[in-house]
Amino acid sequence: MLTSKHIMTMDDLSADDITLILDTAESFAEVNQRRIKKLPTLRGRTIVNLFFEPSTRTRMSFEIASKRLSADGVNFTASSSATVKGETLRDTAKTLAAMSCDLVVVRHKYAGAPQMLAEVMDCSIVNGGDGVHEHPTQALLDLYTMRQALGRLEGLRVGIVGDICHSRVAGSLVPALRKVGATPVIIAPPTLMPARPDVLGAEVAYDLDEVLPSLDVAYLLRVQFERATRMPFPSNREYAMLYGMNLARMERLPSHAVVMHPGPMNRGVEISADVADSTRSLILGQVESGVAVRMAVMYLLLGGADSGAAA
Amino acid sequence: MALLLRGGRVVDAAAGIDEVLDIVIDNGVITGVGADLESPGAEVVDCSEKVLLPGLVDVHVHLREPGQEYKETIASGTRAAAHGGFTAVACMPNTDPVVDSGSKVRFVVERAEETAVVRVYPIGAVTAGQSGEQLAEIGDMVAEGAVAFSDDGHGVGSAGMARVAMDYIRRFDVPYVAHCEDVSLAAGGVVNEGVVSTRMGLPGQPALAEELHVAREIALAELTGCRVHLAHLSTAASIALVRDAKARGVSVTCEVTPHHLFLDEDAIVVYDTNLKMNPPLRTAADREALVAGLLDGTVDAIATDHAPHAPHEKELEFELAPFGTTGLETALSLVNTNLVASGTIGWAEVTKVMCHGPRASLGLPEMRLEAGYPADITIVDPEARVEVTAEWFVSKARNSAFLGSSLLGKASDVLVGGAWALRNGKVVG
Amino acid sequence: MGYRVKAEVMDAEAVDRALTRIAHEILEANKGCGDIALAGIMTRGVDMANRLAARIERIEGTPVAVGSLDISFYRDDVSIRLAPEVHTTDIPYPVDGRTIVLVDDVLYTGRTIRAAMDAIMDYGRPAAIQLAVLVDRGHRELPIRADFVGKNVPTARRERVKVLLEELDGRDAVLIMEDDGEGE
Repeated sequence: MLTSKHIMTMDDLSADDITLILDTAESFAEVNQRRIKKLPTLRGRTIVNLFFEPSTRTRMSFEIASKRLSADGVNFTASSSATVKGETLRDTAKTLAAMSCDLVVVRHKYAGAPQMLAEVMDCSIVNGGDGVHEHPTQALLDLYTMRQALGRLEGLRVGIVGDICHSRVAGSLVPALRKVGATPVIIAPPTLMPARPDVLGAEVAYDLDEVLPSLDVAYLLRVQFERATRMPFPSNREYAMLYGMNLARMERLPSHAVVMHPGPMNRGVEISADVADSTRSLILGQVESGVAVRMAVMYLLLGGADSGAAA
Repeated sequence: MALLLRGGRVVDAAAGIDEVLDIVIDNGVITGVGADLESPGAEVVDCSEKVLLPGLVDVHVHLREPGQEYKETIASGTRAAAHGGFTAVACMPNTDPVVDSGSKVRFVVERAEETAVVRVYPIGAVTAGQSGEQLAEIGDMVAEGAVAFSDDGHGVGSAGMARVAMDYIRRFDVPYVAHCEDVSLAAGGVVNEGVVSTRMGLPGQPALAEELHVAREIALAELTGCRVHLAHLSTAASIALVRDAKARGVSVTCEVTPHHLFLDEDAIVVYDTNLKMNPPLRTAADREALVAGLLDGTVDAIATDHAPHAPHEKELEFELAPFGTTGLETALSLVNTNLVASGTIGWAEVTKVMCHGPRASLGLPEMRLEAGYPADITIVDPEARVEVTAEWFVSKARNSAFLGSSLLGKASDVLVGGAWALRNGKVVG
Repeated sequence: MGYRVKAEVMDAEAVDRALTRIAHEILEANKGCGDIALAGIMTRGVDMANRLAARIERIEGTPVAVGSLDISFYRDDVSIRLAPEVHTTDIPYPVDGRTIVLVDDVLYTGRTIRAAMDAIMDYGRPAAIQLAVLVDRGHRELPIRADFVGKNVPTARRERVKVLLEELDGRDAVLIMEDDGEGE
């Protein structure tokens, strides 16, 4: 059993919880290799994918995970734009609560949305990304992918490069790495650093080239500022020059080191096409792990005596 | 009607008294303050175990009328003021429409005459519609009773506009009340930039967004000679700037809120929108600097920035919910609990920062516990316990940052011009 | 709750004889080992399956395929309790057209076997599924019976049957445990 009923932030998970999720995910990864990729495990349970932000990969990954476990998956896609006058999040949550679902996966534009759902709903809540805050299942699938590729997590040095301050991926990955005994190193221009990087407990670096030789994993974050009024860097070209992963930089990594990216990629900006498609890139492996990890999360949250109806 | 307030501890820094005395009131005016007074025919009120203070004033409240009566009205807001021990409030002009003309000031004055239970002093807008582009009709508003001018809510964006406003306002000898915020630096932040913004994934606004404008407004006050009152200061550097300015003789005053005095950003551990205010809760070090400023006289006033909102507005995502906490009903209890009961300040100092200081800052009529002054008196039961629950509020709003607190001391009675606005803890009228 | 040993119903020798007999019976029933594969159910069923495979190879001279099956995800009581530990299922042979012999230590309610049959079916369409168990303790809740049984052991519901195997427990034995509090 997991410590918490919800997975809203990495704070909800202990180091043991993380290990349990990753171990369980390995079993589901085996299922995903079968011809018939379906298990009866969560038959009769209802899982709602509540997506207030456009998302293809995360929503699909959760959806496939729930289907492979035979849960009844329902998709609810809505706009979270402040200008669209609609139902409030609280009212949506109350409406869903009245329909008695077992687990809600929520993706929302604003930090704290999962906590707001948890206040009015009895079911388990999984944070599928809230604002620039956290995205814990992404961090879990990243840990899973790293463990598969490098055989361990403890002691790894993981360089997270790019838009740290607007990245919910970094928001969960940094504490996740710390929990499993790895060392996160955040690398970005100062304009993309959070106000207090020390609070995150990561090593801070501004020069990617300097830290490359010490990394086991180079994790590139998506940068997207084409239309920003106050660009935090002069141009995509200069960003790629200073922080983009390319073949020359990949050569500077230790030979065992791998390259990761949560997707979707801006080829030519934070990662060059030849790196993305190289054998040292785990990017597709991350997507593949996503389904198994999310199956594990659903199984562990919905199984056990305390969650919902008896068999 | 005559009243004899018998045997209370009468405290007033301006009158220089702090002893157990009687107060006689006749026709709305204090006629005597002394020991063992007699007033044949007067109603005698036993004030033993109570503390009697000159009428407290909150110079920074949002009464929301006209236009947002679902949040608060002049009636409900002044009832909340009486409940919290205030005999007067100064209300901000960022209503709907903005109070930016003489007729709108007159509306507030007339609504207050009809519905208010404490005195209401309207503050007019500096610029038309608070848009920061063109002066509002300052002279007309002064004629109708506006006591000060402010673009509170966001401040006057451009230094040039602020300079024109101060130059113009100086002529009327009323203060310019500054909301200090450089919007380009605040950049949409909803909490203090730092630990909490990082930990909670919320956009932060740096302390500098406030401090830069504090420095600007002080410099413009020096340049123009306009009286400037700085609203809701929240950072250590802001207080330091005011301290220096006062030492140079600049005509600047300032206020701090109870929430910035008694809470800091560490209180934000869940996405509680009642803790979302502008300026945001700052660090513990900032909070300590505000208290120090209060103790050394840099801070002239405690003002609440009472900002009522309807529950459905605050029950939104943190980034979408409006800024503000209510404050009128908890301020006195918080000051007693955190400063008086702990021995940090005495009641005489309370009269400085909750009566005389704010009145002087805004040029409001002086109130003293002395013969000849209007009978605006706050009677405090310093031992009463207050459980701050949603039901406890008289305000229409429930969005208090202190919801759930257990506080010590509260106003038991309030006299405004010799008439009860609060009697035995219940609002009158 | 605590359990104490009530009786040792099989010792190491008895376990050894039973396994050897089952190996012979499997071969006899299937006319050799040409089309059969074993699938041990986690955890002790896997060790038993390996032992049976070794015996069959000794008798027939040809190796027989062995896999391991974790049925945690197929249980009908997932919402009541989670498996303490989930293992990865490993069925390294094609299931289609084969005769799959499920191997488990104890046959009790039949629910584990129902789950195991579902799991095997997800790998393909076996020609037949057979069941080999070391102990059948009765109390079936589903219409399931074993094709090969080491020993029938009548038990009360509040008792537990504990199979010890060399690989995991250091010795071979079958014990009946009596609970001194709440039963399973």
